[in-house]
Amino acid sequence: MTHIAILTSRIRVEEKLLIEALTRCNITFDIIDDGTLLLDLAQPDARWHAYNAVLCRSMSQSRGLAVLAVLEHWGIPVFNSARVTATCNDKLLTTLALLHANVPTPRTLLAFDAPTAVRGIEMLGYPVVLKPITGSWGRLLARINDRDAAEAVLEHQETLGSYQHHTHYIQQYINKPQRDIRAFVIGDETVCAIYRTSEHWVTNTARGASTSNCPLTEELVNLCGRAAHAVGGGILAIDVLEDAERGLLVNEINATMEFRNSIVPTGVNIPNLMLEYVLRHAREGALR
Amino acid sequence: MDTTNATNATSATFTTPLITNCPECDAELQLQGLLVNEIMYCPDCNAELEVLSLEQPAVALAPQVEEDWGE
Repeated sequence: MTHIAILTSRIRVEEKLLIEALTRCNITFDIIDDGTLLLDLAQPDARWHAYNAVLCRSMSQSRGLAVLAVLEHWGIPVFNSARVTATCNDKLLTTLALLHANVPTPRTLLAFDAPTAVRGIEMLGYPVVLKPITGSWGRLLARINDRDAAEAVLEHQETLGSYQHHTHYIQQYINKPQRDIRAFVIGDETVCAIYRTSEHWVTNTARGASTSNCPLTEELVNLCGRAAHAVGGGILAIDVLEDAERGLLVNEINATMEFRNSIVPTGVNIPNLMLEYVLRHAREGALR
Repeated sequence: MDTTNATNATSATFTTPLITNCPECDAELQLQGLLVNEIMYCPDCNAELEVLSLEQPAVALAPQVEEDWGE
C-alpha cells in the first residue's frame, strides 16, 4: 500500500486540492507540520520510513529545504529533491544553472557594495530590476529608473536588510507586454501554462495579476523542458518573459509551486498530475 | 512529529461541535470544514487566525508573513 506524507507550514488552497486528490485516489497520507519537527540527524525516526514519498509543500523555504536535506540523507524519497529546491530557492544559483545549460535568461550582474552596484546598474542602463536573491511572491522587487532611486534602494538594502540583501542581484529590465508566462513542468512534460497579466510591472498573482490560458507552443515547451532540466527536474513552475529582441527568456523557477489560479484557465488538473508523478516515482523507487 | 492522517485530515470526521473563540475579540468561531494549519478570518473582528487543533478546537492569531515564505 502506498503511503505519502505532505510536509506543510500552512494549509493553503493548493494543499487542500492535493488532499482531495489523495482522498479520491484512496491513497493513505499524513500531513506533517514542519514547525513541529525535531530531527535527530544520526537517528532517523522510524515513522519516516513508512512513507513511500514525502512531498514538500512547506511555505517556509528554509524549513522545507532543511527537512528535504535530512530526509534525503536518511534515504526517504522526497519531491522535489534538496538540490533542485536549493537551486530554485536561490535566484543566483538558478541563473547560474540556466547559463550553464545555455537557457536564455535576462542579463544579470552581481555586486557586493553600493557604489559598485551603481556602476553595474549603469552598465546595463536604466531601468534595471533589483531583487533579493531569496524571496518569493514578488516581494522586495524594485524597478530602478534612475541613479537617485538606485542609490536610495541600495542604501536601504545595506542599512535595513539582513546579510542576504547585501548581495546585489541586478537584472536587466525586460519590457514585457504587461504580462509574463508561468509554465508548469512535471517530470519531462510541460503540462500547461498561463499568462499573468497586470497593469503593474510585477506580474505575480500574489500581487494581483489576472490569469488566462497560454497556449503551449513548441518553442515554449522546449524552453521550459530545458530550464527544468537545468535545475535538476521535478515538479516545477517556470516563469518566462517575452522579450521583443531575444524572444522567450526564463526568469525564475519555483520548486514549491502555487497553482490555484491556473487550473480553471488551463483546464489541467495540476494536483492530480503532481500526485501521479510522485506516486509513479515512489513505486519505481520501491521496485529498485 | 505532529501528523494529521488521512482519516482526520478534514474536520468533517469530528462528531463533537467544532467551536472555539477568537483570541482577539472572543467571538464564537465555527471550525467545521477547516483543516489544522488552515487560515480563517474572525467574522466579527476580521483577525487572521490559524487553526491549531480540531480535537480540542483551538485557533491562534496567524503569524505574519516571514521573509523566507514563498513558493
